[in-house]
Amino acid sequence: MSDRINARNISDSEFFYGHKACAGCGGSLAVRIALKVLGERTLLVEPAGCMSAVSFNYPQMSFANNAIISAFAGTAAVMTGLKVGAEAMGLKDYHVLGIAGDGGTADIGIQALSGLIDRNDDAIYICYDNEAYMNTGIQKSGLTPFGATTTTTPAGSRVKGNLRPKKNLFEIVAAHGIPYAATASVGYIEDFANKVKRASEVKGTSFIHVLAPCPTGWGVDTSETVDIAREIVDTGLWYLAEYYDGEFHLNMKPKALEGVSHYIKRQKRFKHLSDEDINTIIRERDKTWERIAKFGN
Amino acid sequence: MSEIRFISGDEAFAQGVRLAKPQVISAYPITPQTIVVERLADMVEDGSLNSEFVHVESEHSAMMTAMGASAMGARVFTATSSQGLLYMAECLTYVSGGRFPIVMMNANRATALPWSIYGDHRDSLSQLDSGWIQIYVEDAQESLDMALEAYRLAESENVRLPVMINLDGFILTHTYEAVEIPSEEDVRDFLKPRETWDKLDFDNPVSMAFTVGPELNEEFNLLHHKAALAAIDELDRIDKEYAELTGRSYGGSVNGYLTEDADYILITLGSISGLVRDTVDELRAEGIKAGVVKIRMIRPFPTDELLKHLENVIAVGTLERDISFGYEGTVYTNVNSALHKGRNFADSYDFIGGIGGRDISKEIIRECFEAMINKETDRLVRFVGLEVEDDVR
Repeated sequence: MSDRINARNISDSEFFYGHKACAGCGGSLAVRIALKVLGERTLLVEPAGCMSAVSFNYPQMSFANNAIISAFAGTAAVMTGLKVGAEAMGLKDYHVLGIAGDGGTADIGIQALSGLIDRNDDAIYICYDNEAYMNTGIQKSGLTPFGATTTTTPAGSRVKGNLRPKKNLFEIVAAHGIPYAATASVGYIEDFANKVKRASEVKGTSFIHVLAPCPTGWGVDTSETVDIAREIVDTGLWYLAEYYDGEFHLNMKPKALEGVSHYIKRQKRFKHLSDEDINTIIRERDKTWERIAKFGN
Repeated sequence: MSEIRFISGDEAFAQGVRLAKPQVISAYPITPQTIVVERLADMVEDGSLNSEFVHVESEHSAMMTAMGASAMGARVFTATSSQGLLYMAECLTYVSGGRFPIVMMNANRATALPWSIYGDHRDSLSQLDSGWIQIYVEDAQESLDMALEAYRLAESENVRLPVMINLDGFILTHTYEAVEIPSEEDVRDFLKPRETWDKLDFDNPVSMAFTVGPELNEEFNLLHHKAALAAIDELDRIDKEYAELTGRSYGGSVNGYLTEDADYILITLGSISGLVRDTVDELRAEGIKAGVVKIRMIRPFPTDELLKHLENVIAVGTLERDISFGYEGTVYTNVNSALHKGRNFADSYDFIGGIGGRDISKEIIRECFEAMINKETDRLVRFVGLEVEDDVR
C-alpha cells in the first residue's frame, strides 16, 4: 500500500470552498478532506441536506470538481448512474463519491445504499453523521443517540429526549459483505483521510461512516467541533474500526474509557440528563465494547 | 432490410429500444412492463445490444440511476408502470427540471386502491405536471417506431427533455401483432449516438441539479416551459422524417380521422383509437358525420393542432380511461381549456370508461356518439360501460 496521508503531504488543492456552511461545521470538514484526498477527477453526489444546501446555490457553486444533487433517497442510485455512465463514455481514472448525512443514509437512503452495495459498484459512500436532521432544524434521525433532545424528541418532564439508541449502521453495511467499510471521526482527521484513500483503492463499493459534530444541533461552541469529535472516540461512545476481507478490525482502543460525563454535560442537547441517565449511556457503551472487543486489531 | 415479426407491444418496444442503442438501461420489474426489460436483458446477454443493464432495487433508484448516467452524457432507457411510476414520482421532476433526455416506457395500469394490474390511464395522467413529454401509442408498430422517435425528440437541442411513451397495459403490451422491424442500417442516420455539451465533464467541471432561489427560479421554469412547447413542432418534423425513411407517419401531436366535415368527434388516447375509427366507419355508412381525434402527445398539449380538427363540430366527446375524483376526467379538462382558448363553443362531453381494465366495446362507443347526437347536455360528464347505474347528477 502507498504512503499514509498526513498534514505535511496532503494536497494543497481545495475543491470545496465559498460554501455557506455554519462556522464549525463538521460535515463540511469531512467533505473538504475527502475531496483533497480523492482529487479533481471525482464525480460527487450529494442528496438534499446540509451539504447540498450550502454548496449548490445558483449561480454560486462551491465545488471545483463535477458535482450533482440527487433526490433525498437517491444518493447511492445516482452514484451507480454516474459509474455506469462514465464507463459507457469510456472514461478512465476517476472516483465516484457520494456524501450524505445520517438521515439521508441510515433512514431514507438506506434502501438505495443497500442496492449499491449489492451491485458492488466501484464507488465510495461517505455518511457524515451529525446525529440528527440538522438542515431542517434538528429533528431526530435513526442515528440520533439516546437521550438527545431534538425538535421532534423534545426533552421535557415526561420524556427525556430521544429514547432509542443509534442504528448500528456500520455493521448493517458490513452484513452485506461489502469489500471495505470503516468508521471515522473528524476529530481523528488523519485516520479519516487515510480511510478515504484506502476506500479509493478498493475495487467495488466502499463505505465510511464519519462522525461530524454540528455545533448548532449539539449545543457546543463552534471552536469545539474537532475537540468533541475526539472526545467521543476517547470516551468509547464512538469507535474507529474497519471491515474488510469479511472481518472487523478495531483501529484504536482508548486506554481508559473515561470522561463520558464530561462529554455529555458539555452539550446543550444532553443538559437535561441525570446521573442515572448517564449511567445508562455508560452501560450501553460497555455492552457495545463487549461486542466489538471480538474485532481483530 | 427490415423484417416482419409477430410480437407483442412490449416486445416491439424492446426492439425499438435495441435500435436506439441506449448505453445504460436501469429498470425495476412491474407487471405489465416486465417483458420489455426481460427482452432487453436477453439482448444484452446475446450481444445484440451493447448496453449496461443495471439491477436497481426500486423504481426510485431506477430513475435516479438513469439520471446519473444521463448526466455523464450517456443515452439511457427505463420502463415502469402504475405504482412504480408513482414511487419514482419525485425523481420525475428532478429529471425534467435537470433537462435529462431520458426515455421511459410506461405500461398504463390502474392505480391502487382497489388494487388492479389491468389498464387505465390514471397512472400517467397523474404525472402531467411532472415536466415530462407524454406520448400515447396505439399499436405495436407505433410502439417500436416511437421508441426511436422519442430519443430524437428528447435529445433535440431545442427540447432536451425526458419523454414518457405510454402503452396500454395488456391490451397493447401483451397483444401480438405483425410488426415491421427496421434494420440497424435503416435507422443509422435517423438516430445517431447521443452527443451533448450538457454533462459532467472532467475538462470543464460543472455542478448540476442545483438550487435556484426565488430571484431566478421562475425563469428556469419558463425555459422548461418553452422547451416543452417546442416539442410539438419538433415531433412533427421527426414524424415526417421517419415517414420518408419507413413510409409510416403518425401525424405528430394529434391524429385526426374523418374530421374535416365531421359533426361529432370523439377524442381518444392510446389503443382504443382503432375501435373508435371502426365505429366511425359504421356511423358514416349510416349517414352520421362522425370523426376521431387521437391525442398522441398530451404534454406539451397541442392546443392549436387539436382545434384545427374541431372547427366545424356540433359536439365533441372525450373518451378517457381516467377520473379526477370529485371533478371530471383530466383529458376532458385539457380539451375544454383548448376549446375555450379557441372560442369554440361546441357541446363538450366527457365519457369515462375502461377503468381498471374494463373493456370498451363498440356498443359503448356508439353510446358516446348517441349522447352527442341526442344533445344529452344534462349529463356532460358520465361513466360508460358501468355494471351499475351512473346516478351522478
